[in-house]
Amino acid sequence: MAETTLDGKRSPLARALVYGPLILFAAYFLLPLVVMLLTSIKSMAEINSGNLLSLPTAPTLEPWRKAWSEMSGYFLNSFIIVVPAVAISTAIGAFNGFVLTKWRFRGSELLFGMLLVGCFIPFQVILLPMARLLGQLGLAGTSGGLIFVHVVYGLAFTTLFFRNFYVALPDELVKAARIDGAGFFTIFWRIILPLSGPIIVVCVIWQFTQIWNDFLFGVVYSSSESRPITVALNNVVNTTTTAKEYNVNMAAALLAAAPTLVVYVLAGKHFVAGLTAGAVKG
Amino acid sequence: MPKSEPLKIDAVLDLPEGSATQAPTTAVNRGWGGTLEAWLPKLVVAPSFIASLVFVYGFILWTAWLSFTKSKMLPRYEWAGFIQYQKLWANERWWIACKNLLTFGSLFILICLVLGVLIAILLDQRIRIEGALRTIYLYPMALSFIVTGTAWRWMLTPGLGLEKLMHSWGWTSFEFAWLVDPKMAIYTIVIAGAWQSTGFVMALFLAGLRGIDDAIIKAARVDGAGTWRIYTRIIIPSLRPVFFSAFMILGHIAVKSFDLVMALTGGGPGISTDLPATYMYTYAFARSQIGLGSASAVVMLGGVLGIVLPYLYSELRSKNHG
Repeated sequence: MAETTLDGKRSPLARALVYGPLILFAAYFLLPLVVMLLTSIKSMAEINSGNLLSLPTAPTLEPWRKAWSEMSGYFLNSFIIVVPAVAISTAIGAFNGFVLTKWRFRGSELLFGMLLVGCFIPFQVILLPMARLLGQLGLAGTSGGLIFVHVVYGLAFTTLFFRNFYVALPDELVKAARIDGAGFFTIFWRIILPLSGPIIVVCVIWQFTQIWNDFLFGVVYSSSESRPITVALNNVVNTTTTAKEYNVNMAAALLAAAPTLVVYVLAGKHFVAGLTAGAVKG
Repeated sequence: MPKSEPLKIDAVLDLPEGSATQAPTTAVNRGWGGTLEAWLPKLVVAPSFIASLVFVYGFILWTAWLSFTKSKMLPRYEWAGFIQYQKLWANERWWIACKNLLTFGSLFILICLVLGVLIAILLDQRIRIEGALRTIYLYPMALSFIVTGTAWRWMLTPGLGLEKLMHSWGWTSFEFAWLVDPKMAIYTIVIAGAWQSTGFVMALFLAGLRGIDDAIIKAARVDGAGTWRIYTRIIIPSLRPVFFSAFMILGHIAVKSFDLVMALTGGGPGISTDLPATYMYTYAFARSQIGLGSASAVVMLGGVLGIVLPYLYSELRSKNHG
């Protein structure tokens, strides 16, 4: 076996054995994105005459224009749901994490364990009662209802994020401030919040991705006026009444993917931090 | 942005105005403020506690109750025993959904784990373009399963997608019609699901690999162990906790899989790619069989808890010890 990992130079064969598969995997992961992009700028005639990876001879933005005219309303709906839901659930998570680490009380660990279960339940098990509740509150089919649902079922995750972050902050910070007479909110505002930048970023990105990409709550609780983009996309793609316009479908899919992709590209590091923090440290 | 968030929470919690800035500095405040301060942390977590109690635990009980009734279009609350569960397990479609979950889940987990570990190990070889590669491997995690399903559905379309690509590249006998083949369609969900989640598993293992103490590896090398032995005897065994986490998370994704099936196959052809999640949705909402839908949801919950509770238990225990 060649000495590869730790010390220095590698033989050309060893290099090929490492880089070859890595590049192949990269191609495999990129393939759907490339196909989507190429398909979205071809006319249907060209799609039928060429293949998945053939370059368009006459690139057109017409599919994008059509996709945008069909999807823009739903795109906006998604933002209307996502922005408040992310802000509220993150804020609540920050306070919960603060209390569960720096203001522990009898039963606070139990409370954390209880909240944590909410990260894991299959939402099918709450769908029907929540539908009933939203109906009775007059929130059925509204963006407000969806915001409410996303906040309620996002709480567990946001609390987990902040709790795991704050548990690593030294307790002395809070103790010293308490001796100086600072109260709960003063300590949070002046001491904890200024240190929370990284975890706020992670939590906001995580929640944004989760809620933007949600389909289950969207399909069950939205009406045609409040429909989020994932549900609209699925409707467009699965329509059986008209001839399939693959180019428009792909443009619409890219539109639905754009916000989370942009966030990922701009803040990939924090995105990964969220994934692994939420997962590994459970 | 962070500055404005706590204001929103004040509104949510319905706290008296100004309490956020009121520090109990005076003696008078210490008496009254003292008790308030003592209660404040509990008040702050109370809404979440109540939300969890009502919307998680309460709703689970509500659904469980519905599963023991004859509810159809409208919920009814007269006890009817295990009739819905009998119906559920006598229903062939439910069996198909469960078998599909087993097929999909095991293959999905296996492929993600194998590829994830492999890519992580390769990436850990001091690769010059590691950052760029990692970005490429992980971007699918940013996508919605609906987008993933839409893309793969197009690529797997018989006659137009990969089939045609292979034909025009000269492999004219290439046939790939799994998407419309009831026997094979479930594997298309495995393909798309693994494509989306492998990068995530890779990230978990990469973090695990980076956490291994170099000294141990150097010592093994001094003792004359080759790279292969070091990986199979030292590194991979020491990643056991990561395997455990990844297995839990992937299993959990598999049981909850709903969007991917809806976008990729819609449960079809026919009902050949139904999963418990799509079954529940169909019966509870499209077919107005609330009792039966509830029973399937309760069974799903049981399945998830069976996977997750040991995980949660070990996590919480290790936390208390560490």
